[in-house]
Amino acid sequence: MSISNNYLEQLENEAIYILRETAAQFEKPALLFSGGKDSIVLVHLALKAFRPGKFPFPLVHIDTGHNFPEAIAFRDKLVHEIGEKLIVGNVEDSIKKYNLKETAGKFPSRNALQTYSLLDTIQENEFDACIGGARRDEEKARAKERIFSVRDDFGQWDPKLQRPELWDVLNGKVQKGHNVRVFPISNWTELDVWNYIQKYNIELPSLYFAHNRECILHQDKLVATSQFIQPEKHDTVVVEKVRYRTVGDMTCTAAVPSSAATIQDIIEDIIQTRISERGQTRLDDQLSEAAMEDRKKQGYF
Amino acid sequence: MNTLRFITAGNVDDGKSTLIGRLLYDSDSIHTDQLGVLQKQTKQEGVDIDLSLITDGLRAEREQGITIDVAYKYFSTKKRKFIIADAPGHEQYTRNMVTGASNSDLIILLVDARKGITEQTKRHASIGSLMGIKKAIIAINKIDLLNYSEPTFNQIKADFETIKKELKYDAVTYIPVSALVGDNIVRKSENTPWYQGKALLETLESVELNTTEDLASRFQVQWVIRPKDEKYHDYRGYAGLVLSGAYKVGDIVTILPARIETKIVKVEKNGEEINWALAGDNVVLHFEKEIDISRGDTVVLSNELPTESAEITSWISWLDTQPFQLGKTYLLQHRFKNVRVKVQAINQKWNVNDWEFTKDTTIGLNDIAQISLKTNQPLFYDPFDKNPKSGNAILIDETSYNTVGALMFL
Repeated sequence: MSISNNYLEQLENEAIYILRETAAQFEKPALLFSGGKDSIVLVHLALKAFRPGKFPFPLVHIDTGHNFPEAIAFRDKLVHEIGEKLIVGNVEDSIKKYNLKETAGKFPSRNALQTYSLLDTIQENEFDACIGGARRDEEKARAKERIFSVRDDFGQWDPKLQRPELWDVLNGKVQKGHNVRVFPISNWTELDVWNYIQKYNIELPSLYFAHNRECILHQDKLVATSQFIQPEKHDTVVVEKVRYRTVGDMTCTAAVPSSAATIQDIIEDIIQTRISERGQTRLDDQLSEAAMEDRKKQGYF
Repeated sequence: MNTLRFITAGNVDDGKSTLIGRLLYDSDSIHTDQLGVLQKQTKQEGVDIDLSLITDGLRAEREQGITIDVAYKYFSTKKRKFIIADAPGHEQYTRNMVTGASNSDLIILLVDARKGITEQTKRHASIGSLMGIKKAIIAINKIDLLNYSEPTFNQIKADFETIKKELKYDAVTYIPVSALVGDNIVRKSENTPWYQGKALLETLESVELNTTEDLASRFQVQWVIRPKDEKYHDYRGYAGLVLSGAYKVGDIVTILPARIETKIVKVEKNGEEINWALAGDNVVLHFEKEIDISRGDTVVLSNELPTESAEITSWISWLDTQPFQLGKTYLLQHRFKNVRVKVQAINQKWNVNDWEFTKDTTIGLNDIAQISLKTNQPLFYDPFDKNPKSGNAILIDETSYNTVGALMFL
């Protein structure tokens, strides 16, 4: 509970505690690494939890094939620097293997398809716990998520049958076939993550900082042109100074106009922006009001 | 800046959702896109935003118009950060309230001014107290509907003062509020000139937090760090959370259950050597002697030994739909230590609605009872009232692995 007077230290303590608990309670845990700021912070926390020892788990990246090249380059550099193991699960492989249909439309999201690769990767490697960087402040289905969230053989989340989680005592015991999603930064807000990044000067992919980029103006959102998204005749194409507030797929993550060049600029940006992170940057959560709730039930994070 | 975790207890009818909505809305914690969705959902005529919708989470909950599960909400002011555990008030969801309360420093009990203290208020107050919450705020809501009546406020206050005697709160604050209109929530209201205290938000900002720093020092080994590579060949660090008290270099400690005495030679936090570790810190301890220590072992100062016993009396809050079975073996998780346990006897059951203590042979979902346990190896603990960090445990079903009970040791 709240003891320290520094809330960042409290959050850090809680996260390190959860990481060590995961290492101790599970046979084969894994840390899901997306290349985004939240999972970069997770890696940083894992260094604090386990050094001078090695990580008791590999990093796992589910590569949709639609990633920003900057994010992939950053991932490889980070893995090299810390000298830990990386396992990559490819969505392209799942598409071929299961003959999956891509979502139609101009901004095809591979979020639904990603779940196949995630579940396959979990099964092939026999992971019994997957650590992720989801936060409760992101979205209202996530507000009800546990720290240790039990999933069945299909990776499904049943909001009505969640285990009670008392005090800071975490129960990681599961039946065979079931696995657990672990969320060490559940109680962090977007601003907390940025303040933490600033405090420890954590390196991030360049995407997070303002840069010039060619984008299509779609409704009120800026979507970068890329090999996956080519402008059509009637599209409004603009070159704007933008940054990314979240790093997802190139096809469904929107950039925000910004001149924020430093972490301090970004923090000020966030304090002034009154639109939520997912609301501003994700094209995939706006399909329906319960979009996240539905995806989580199907095995998404 | 520190963080206050609080739980709000009360039913939809008492205005609980509206109260939370009001706190978040008036403290500018709601994003504009979320407001847009809320505006669309608000169906009441003449109302711009139905504040109670802010806390609505899952589709199933919206369909039924109730809160089923604990939802966590975050907001902050210049003085403090807050985590709200929004738990359902309905009796059938007592276990969710127990869960929310276990992680809270403070409880807000919402009382409808027109109804006064009800059976439900008593139930919520009892659960909060049982789960170790020390601070309570009695928010006397809908006071606007009674013309801001001071006598009503005083009556409810007097009624709760009587109940309080049976409970373990060390500070209770009474505030007349209207969540709907906003009286005394974020700002003090002109409608209650007779009320001398602070508005709700200011009270939340200034309430003093209980710490476990002054209690006997308690530490359990969570994870052993032994790199065994060339550079760190002799490195043997014992990682864990300081539950209470403090540890420093030079302390003479006893490792339990081995009962070996040794000295702390190094304390590390995040890879750096520190002199002191305080309650709440995750640290790595190094000892003078090379001893075989594993996860779940307890490290205490040699002059502050905890209780050691394999026969424990405990309160239990039953959380599972499958009722408790006398004679069945369960798993007990005490911090990082797992043991097998059998319940010897149900001593009494506590009906938190009417505060009757009864004899019974069964414990079902949402029941609270006092039991006698026998573990297959002794535990090192403190009574929950003395040290909430080393006096709690959970009970786990051996086949489903569900968490079925919350234990507060006596």
